[in-house]
This record gives sequence, structure tokens and C-alpha cells, in this order.
Amino acid sequence: MDFELSEEQSLLKDSIDRFVLDHYSSEARIKLSETDLGFSRDHWKTMAELGWLGMPFSEEVGGFGGSPVETMIMMESMGKGLVLEPFFSTVILSGALVAEAGSPAQIEAIIPEVIEGNLMLAFGYAEAQSRFNLSDVETTATKSGDSYKINGHKAVVYHGGTADKIIVSARTSGNSRDEDGISLFIINNDAAGVDIQSYRTVDGQQAADIRLDNAEGELLGKEGKAFPIIEKVTDNAIGALCAEAVGAMAAANEITNEYLKTRKQFGVAIGKFQVLQHRMVDMYMEAEQSKSMSDMVAMKLALGYEVDTKKAVSATKAQIGKAAKFVGQQSVQLHGGMGMTDEYSIGHYFKRLSTIEMLFGNTDYHLNRYSNLS
Amino acid sequence: MGTGDALVNNGETPMDLSFRDEDLAFQAEVREFIDKKLPQDVKERYDRGLHFSKEGQVQWQKALYYNGWIAPNWPVEYGGTGWSITQKFIFSQELGRASAPPPIPFGVSMVGPVIYTFGNQEQKDKFLPGILNSDDWWCQGYSEPGSGSDLASLQTKAVRDGDDYVVNGQKIWTSHAQHADWIFCLVRTDSNVKHQEGISFLLIDMKTPGITLKPIIGLDKEHTLNEVFFDDVRVPVANRIGEENKGWTYAKFLLGNERTSIARVAQSKRHVERLREIAKQERVNGGLLEDDRDFMRKLNLIEVDLMALEYTELRMLSMIEAGKKLSAEPSLLKIKGTEIQQRLTELLVESLGMYGAPYEALKKYEGRNEAPVGPDYAHGPMAEHLYLRAASIYGGSNEIQRNIISKMVLGL
Ligand SMILES: Cc1cc2nc3c(=O)[nH]c(=O)nc-3n(C[C@H](O)[C@H](O)[C@H](O)COP(=O)(O)OP(=O)(O)OC[C@H]3O[C@@H](n4cnc5c(N)ncnc54)[C@H](O)[C@@H]3O)c2cc1C
Repeated sequence: MDFELSEEQSLLKDSIDRFVLDHYSSEARIKLSETDLGFSRDHWKTMAELGWLGMPFSEEVGGFGGSPVETMIMMESMGKGLVLEPFFSTVILSGALVAEAGSPAQIEAIIPEVIEGNLMLAFGYAEAQSRFNLSDVETTATKSGDSYKINGHKAVVYHGGTADKIIVSARTSGNSRDEDGISLFIINNDAAGVDIQSYRTVDGQQAADIRLDNAEGELLGKEGKAFPIIEKVTDNAIGALCAEAVGAMAAANEITNEYLKTRKQFGVAIGKFQVLQHRMVDMYMEAEQSKSMSDMVAMKLALGYEVDTKKAVSATKAQIGKAAKFVGQQSVQLHGGMGMTDEYSIGHYFKRLSTIEMLFGNTDYHLNRYSNLS
Repeated sequence: MGTGDALVNNGETPMDLSFRDEDLAFQAEVREFIDKKLPQDVKERYDRGLHFSKEGQVQWQKALYYNGWIAPNWPVEYGGTGWSITQKFIFSQELGRASAPPPIPFGVSMVGPVIYTFGNQEQKDKFLPGILNSDDWWCQGYSEPGSGSDLASLQTKAVRDGDDYVVNGQKIWTSHAQHADWIFCLVRTDSNVKHQEGISFLLIDMKTPGITLKPIIGLDKEHTLNEVFFDDVRVPVANRIGEENKGWTYAKFLLGNERTSIARVAQSKRHVERLREIAKQERVNGGLLEDDRDFMRKLNLIEVDLMALEYTELRMLSMIEAGKKLSAEPSLLKIKGTEIQQRLTELLVESLGMYGAPYEALKKYEGRNEAPVGPDYAHGPMAEHLYLRAASIYGGSNEIQRNIISKMVLGL
């Protein structure tokens, strides 16, 4: 048991902290999020050059073989600056699906390109009726020669509009909500029958609804057997998302704490009012509790993937969902009118933190999952 | 604390909740009026929780005005309706039920009562008609960059020069100033006394030279907030309400009204209903959201709190009717009302599942050729959820309201 970072891990953390400091001032982030692309290809290149895009992949395919602990470190630091590049969508979520499910040829064709920064990915798992249930899949795939024809509608696919390839879950057999019979497919974004409707999301990112009308897909992994892989990869991704929230909460608390010391009303710094002191203490404690859970779950995920790991993931998501809402909302509250402006950073933390609470299942969803696994 | 006071129905049958025949007839009349006169666009925006358009809002307010219903709370001599509390209750219930917005508060609920209570005859004649018929739109110039919760510390200065004041300074967070013809302003007319004793209340024409506006874009990516700058703005002394340096008294009178109007019980009831409608359509695990016990429990909890608030409000209206004096009750209504609004809009966003995430400013949506993404009812909740984070900040923050209750009611 050791919660301290190794020297290498500290260097990794420092380099991302430095990147955030250099490129993610509040003004820079707002500007970037309002561009058409919604992030910077230059930053993406930098991330590739610094080796970050290869961190979780094995050394055989050109990665660094980093564990979920390295992922946690990276995501936490990126969370501090609310980084917009699709690191999570491309590397943590979709890249991991390819690495876990793909054939050697598929891995060889895709992962090195991801690591080099030449290929962006997105994962479409949700559907209009599915809410957070990963096995509630109504999109269908039918075999046609060497490939499959896919039909259905994938909802709110983060970075679906900017990804070169989209991975989707689709049903090759069984009834909706059966875990068995779900398969993964790789679809090219420009393939016939792929209709991508992009839009902005409240957290300053972009997502897309993707309608598939006999779109050609390449099977990723075994037909009908994708569910356990999807579950494992999303659980790892939830761990990463929780780390992002921990970083965002730390930053929001720091900004708010500073504001309490500098904003004066009634002739004193508002931090002198006891009710605000206690509020800030509660925010601090929620963030600390969340950090502990995030560290714990990263270390558990690094040990393997058992029922106990799933429980830990849901427990962490529940704690962090609750904390993220509290810290986000109260950061705005303690800023008064300033908290309500789009120009000032704190509201953006609030918006991203609220979204993280929802993504991959909100607090209630994960409390239930936790209880069902117990 | 008034907990022993009964809800009195016109002083005739104590502790009575029933409606009489004439009340039911009145209810039918209100329904029919709203049905006929409420513009569809106004209804839709309000139902979704989107900001109003001035054009639609004016049309609706004028319809209320022509029917004599624009200002139910005003004394009859100034254009009020003379309704009993039962009728006022029915009226606001029916507005909420039909998603009909109440009038924008700055004129009818805020400055109007200040003018008829503290203004002189000339001011009443000049300003009240334009407020009632919505030809004049008002905004509220209270807050300044350095003076929010500590409003009395405000610095915008008005210096007497002949028959004018010359005003210099800055207001901030001025809602809808871009639509306003007039701004009511708190200004400092004496800097050598206690903060509260050197403030005056001025009515300023927004077209006066020297006034400039700068928009502030909100969290919801919309423009409702502004900075208003005053650079040697000449305001006739005749536009001062009441006495010089007594403005704080009028300002506080107005704040009491503002806080009560922020509670918005009827609209929250409509939100509960909307949530129930969405829960009948949103799918989860092969069933409907209305079968999800966690979700429905949250909704039911809010509804119970809302019911308590509704009856608290009625009890307080009854106290006013019975001639009793309120102390910090408006603060209670403000805190509970805004907390409920925030919980409701948060739950509305939650009800949408993944479709809670897509969000673009209204003007972007309207510029699209395609339908907004997700189910139709997904358009609105996030905008309102974001905007209503301000509900616990504006009108005096909820922390400040709690301070007021603890001091005025509890003597702490
Ligand atoms: C959407 C919106 C619309 C608005 N519309 C208008 C308008 O039309 N006209 C207008 O004049 N103003 C308007 N306001 C301004 C509003 O009234 C102020 O924002 C509010 O009074 C708080 O002031 P502040 O923003 O300066 O925050 P501050 O006073 O700096 O408060 C910051 C934080 O400190 C807390 N705090 C301050 N003092 C104390 C204390 N003594 N004890 C405990 N906690 C304390 C506050 O509760 C808050 O959480 C609007 C604001 C918003 C957000």
C-alpha cells in the first residue's frame, strides 16, 4: 500500500501540469471550445510528441505500458485545466476497446496511428432508449459478405463528429438488454449510410448523434461476445473520468478559496463569514474524499478486473458524482454574480463537473449497480 | 413567528380552504382568457424555461392590461384588481398551469409600487400608465461591481447641479437593460454619513446621453445581463423618488416585493407536471422513467416541499390580508422557492439521461435547419438549469436571506 507517486509518475504529472499552465488559461480554453473543431490539432500533436497518446498501450505496439494509475495521473491533471482534446474518447475509451478486443491485424493498423496522433476515435454506446444501460442495444448488425451492415441510432457520441473512425456496439443476436449477442464494429466516418449530426455539449465539448443506415462495419472482436469487454473498458474509463473530476474539483476549490480571500463585502473578505468558511470546508472535504476514491479505484483497476473492482468503480462514481455536483454548484454560489458569467472560469468547471456526474451513469445509477453487485 | 395564525378566508369562515361558486366561475373566466390571449410562442418559451422575447411578452402583458389584470397586487385606485386572496391564488395557479408568464417584474412588481407608495402625484401620472400598459420597460440599477450583498456601500454618485443631478458610476448584472426604456437606480447623494443614509432613488431615462451598455454573456450563453455605465448623465431632480438620502427605505420596500415574487410557486408546480410527463416518455431498462423508484422519490420529495411552500405563501398572504405585519417571511419564500426551482430544473436535466448533455445557445438552435437533437422536451431544461443557478444569488443571495431571518425573526 503506497499512495505516493514514483519519480517517473511525478515527472508525467509535472509535464501535464506544465502543458495545462501553458495552454489552458481560462481565456484560451473558452476560445478553443468555441472554434469549429472545439479543440486544437496542434495540442494533439504535442500530446503525441510527448508520448501521452501511447501511455496506456503495450510496448509491443509502440505504447508505454502505463497502468490505470498513469491514466489517473494524466486525467487528473487534464481535469485541472478542463482540457478539450479528445484524449479520453480516443485513447482511454476507444483505443482501449481496440487493444482489448481487436485482432492483431486491427491493433497493428489502428493503435500505432492513434499513438502518432494521426487517428482519432469515438465510441458510440448509448441509444435513445438505453439511458446508462450498456447492454440496452437496439442497433443491429447483419453479416453481409466479409463485413456487416449496421442499422440504428447512436446517441450523444462524444467527439463523434471529429473522429476518423467510430466504434459502435450493435446487436448481432438476442433481445434488447441481453448481454449476450452484442458485438463491436469499426465504422469509417465517411462511409456510405453514416449520418453524423454534430453539436456542442454544455461542458464546452462536442458530441454527435450518429444514424446508421446499412452502414458498413468491420467486426472488432468476437461476434456476440463484446459485452464483457465493453463493461471492462467503460469501467476503466469511468475511473479515468473520476480522476478528471478530481482535478476539476481541486481547481474549482482553489479558485473559489482564492476568491473568498480577495472579494470584499461589508468591509471584509467574504471568507471571514463563517457560513462561507464552513461551505468551503465541506467542498474541500468532498474533494479529498473523492481523491481518495479515485486513487483507490486506479490502484484496484491496476490489479485486475473482478466483481470487487466493478463495485469499487461504482462506489467511486457515486461518491464523485455527489461531490462533483456539490463542489460545482457551490463554487458558482460563492462567486455570486461572477460565477454566472461565461467569461469567468468557474462556471466552466461547474458545467463539466455536472456532466461528468451524468456520463456513464449518474449517482443513482451507480449506487444501484453497487448494491446489485453486493 | 406567526405559526399560530390561521388561514382566514375573507374573515368569514376561519380556517377554510374551500372555493365558493363565484371563485369557480372566476377560475373558468381566467382559463378562458388565457386560452384565448396567450400567444403560443410566449407559452412555449415559458414552458420550456427559455428566456422571453420582448415582442411576445409585450403582446401578452398588453392583453392582461386591457383586461384589467396586469397588476393584481396594486391598490384599485392605481389600477389593481381588488381581488381576494382566493382570487389571487386562483389567478396565479391558472397562469402557472397554462405556462403563462407573469409580467416582467421590474415595472409592475418592483418600481410601480415604489412610485405609488412614495412618489408624488406628478410622478404617478407620468410613470404608472406606461408601467401598466407595458409601453415603458424598466430595469433595476442596484448592484455595482463592489456592492452586491453589501448593497448599501454603492458608489455611483449623483451630484446636484441646478435642477439636475449629474450621475457618474457603474451598475452591473442589470437584467434586460438592453430592452429597457427606464432604469431605477440607487445612487449616492451623501458620502459623509452612514452608508444607508446617503442613498437616493432616481428614475433615469435610458436614452439620456452618457449612458452606455456592455453585455455580459451568462453561463447559459445567453445575453440577459449587462453593465451600465454612467458618464456625466443629467437626471432631473423631478425624477427622484421621495426625499434625498432616504432612498434606502424605498429600496428595501422594493426588495421585499422582489423576494416574494421570486418564489414562483405556480411555475414550479408546472415543472413538477412536466417532469411527470417526461417520466411517462423517457425509457429506462425496457420500462419507463416513471417506474424508476429513485427518480420518482426525488420528484415526490420536491413536490411535498413545494406544497409546504405553497401553503406557507398562502398563510402569509392571509396575514397581510388580515392587516398583520410581516417581518422576514419574504426571505423564507425566496430561499425555499429558489431551492425548489433549482432542484426541479436539475431533475429535469437528469430526466433526459444522455440528452442532458447537448447544449447550444438559443440563437444557435434557431439558426439550424434541422431539429434540435434528442426528444422535443430536451430543449429547454439545461438552459433553465444553468440560468437558475443564479436564483440563489439574485434578489439578495440565499446566505444573506438566512442572515436576515436569523436576525429579524430569531433574534440571533
Ligand atoms: C442572473 C442575475 C440577475 C441579476 N439581476 C440584477 C438586476 O437586474 N439588477 C441588479 O441591481 N442586480 C442584479 N443582480 C445582482 C445580484 O443582486 C447580486 O449578484 C447579488 O446581490 C450578490 O452580489 P454579488 O454578485 O456582488 O456577490 P457577493 O456579494 O460578492 O457575494 C459572493 C458570495 O458571498 C456571500 N456573502 C456575501 N456577504 C455575505 C455575508 N454577510 N454572509 C454570508 N455570505 C455572504 C454571498 O451569498 C455569495 O455567495 C443579478 C444577478 C444575477 C446573477
